Amino acid sequence: MNRRKERFIKYLFTAVAFSSLAFLVGIILVLFKEALPIFKTVSPSAFLLGTSWYPTAEPPEFGILPLIVASLWVTAGALVICVPLGVGSALYLHELAGNKQRAVLKPVIEILASVPSIVYGFFGMVVLAPFLQTALDLPIGLTAFTTSLILGVMATPTVASIAEDALSYVPRSFREASFAVGADRWQTLTKVIIPAAGSGISTAVILGMSRAIGETMTVLMVAGGSAIIPESIFDPVRPMTAAIAAEMGEAPVGSDHYHALFAIALILFLITFAFNVAAELISRRYRLKLGQAR
Amino acid sequence: MHDTLVDYDKQMGLENFHPALVKGPVGVNKNSLGEADLFGTEPKIISRGVNFYYGAKRALNNINISFAQRRVTAIIGPSGCGKSTFIRLLNRMHELVPGTRLEGEILLDGLDILSPACDPAELRKRVGMVFQKPNPFPKTVFENVAYGLEVNGVTDRQVIEATVVDSLKKAALWGEIKDRLKDSALGLSGGQQQRLCIARALAVSPEVILFDEPCASLDPISTGKIEELILELKKEYTIVIVTHNMQQAARVSDRTAFFLMGDLIEEGRTDNIFKAPRDRRTEDYITGRFG
Repeated sequence: MNRRKERFIKYLFTAVAFSSLAFLVGIILVLFKEALPIFKTVSPSAFLLGTSWYPTAEPPEFGILPLIVASLWVTAGALVICVPLGVGSALYLHELAGNKQRAVLKPVIEILASVPSIVYGFFGMVVLAPFLQTALDLPIGLTAFTTSLILGVMATPTVASIAEDALSYVPRSFREASFAVGADRWQTLTKVIIPAAGSGISTAVILGMSRAIGETMTVLMVAGGSAIIPESIFDPVRPMTAAIAAEMGEAPVGSDHYHALFAIALILFLITFAFNVAAELISRRYRLKLGQAR
Repeated sequence: MHDTLVDYDKQMGLENFHPALVKGPVGVNKNSLGEADLFGTEPKIISRGVNFYYGAKRALNNINISFAQRRVTAIIGPSGCGKSTFIRLLNRMHELVPGTRLEGEILLDGLDILSPACDPAELRKRVGMVFQKPNPFPKTVFENVAYGLEVNGVTDRQVIEATVVDSLKKAALWGEIKDRLKDSALGLSGGQQQRLCIARALAVSPEVILFDEPCASLDPISTGKIEELILELKKEYTIVIVTHNMQQAARVSDRTAFFLMGDLIEEGRTDNIFKAPRDRRTEDYITGRFG
């Protein structure tokens, strides 16, 4: 009886553990199945490099380059904000903040991560965009720049919390060794601790990047939605996620438009997948470097 | 009540007659005001009336001891007796831990190292340290040894290279490693890593080297090499070594101090301590009755 129960529990947990794998495989299969038919209509190169996205025109045009550029553009902008803010916060928390400050600041940063993206989007739409429009005298407030600002703030907690973890994994003995030969705090930080935590900090940045590139709701609300290749950061744009979210409801199931949207999702999936693999490889190298590999 | 007594002792200049120290024949090991038997040398470091606290917990009680110039002093005692805590005061490494408090006086060549005028970075260049576990940086062998020069503003490439080679030779590592200067230090064996850490300490030309249980994580052969090295280094440097291992203390040191529960119980020439300890507790410890 007991052995049976144990075996049952074992299978149960095995099933639970493998369920994420099953979901992943399922998602990949569906993505490929629904995305591939579009390449009967347009060639992969015309799809990826075409500059006109008019999926409902007659004849329709399925060039997603403006969408890819928009996604990369707002993500790059977000990085410019979230890397200094996130890494800076991590350094402050780790190096300068006392225990009391850390006890307040860390949870605050984590709460920032748990604010729903629609709240960020709403804030961007009704507060930030009108403000920027008047402050910078723009024709429209919903731009790549606005989106980058919001995405940057959204990704900051991810970067800060992972970078802080990376810093705290650096053995205390490195710090002692550095001080013991007469280094000061700043030298210890820049010459020993940051290099030792370097790969961990890169992982933080990459994960912040996937957070930004995959974000949908905020982008849909504040990016402006125009599917042209932007010429300035103050142009409205239509990142990949926004295109899918905005158009999926109108695309007839099984139409070319429908398959094209799935193909965009596939491209997006491949991009974030590459980010995650890179993050994993780097953090594995980092553990090796610190001699903590299994 | 106890505290007032301590204060009273201090005012009267009596703190050197701590009960733990005055046992045994007066004159052999009376106190640390240069009257201890330091082989005729001037004391390099003097600790007077040192009390140390972690928060409210007192970790060291009235430590009075002198360290002979260019000799090896071993500090022995059971775990938690305060021996590592004590040597970390000698280069102010205790300041890296928040919430500690230190009373008393520590003099290096007569200079008060605890005074605010004493720059801890300057002090640590003069008083180097080798730690319990080898802690090379995740950098190359060369960079590890050059680190101390770099942070102290040495930029002349030739000086750096010459110092690195010289330090590695002094640390008895050069022969094994001269072709691997550009390899990661983490690829070395434990014993080599520890000698690399010694080379790193030597590169900034210290006068004193503190060894905090340097062989705790090493095999017997590596331990033997480190001990030989310590005997070689004492020709040029004043050495203080904390060790768990009494045979090691007997092999490498000229003087030995025995700590127990934050008190310095007894100190003196190593052969006297091991052959004719004056305090019962020292005898019990070195004969293996506890610890």
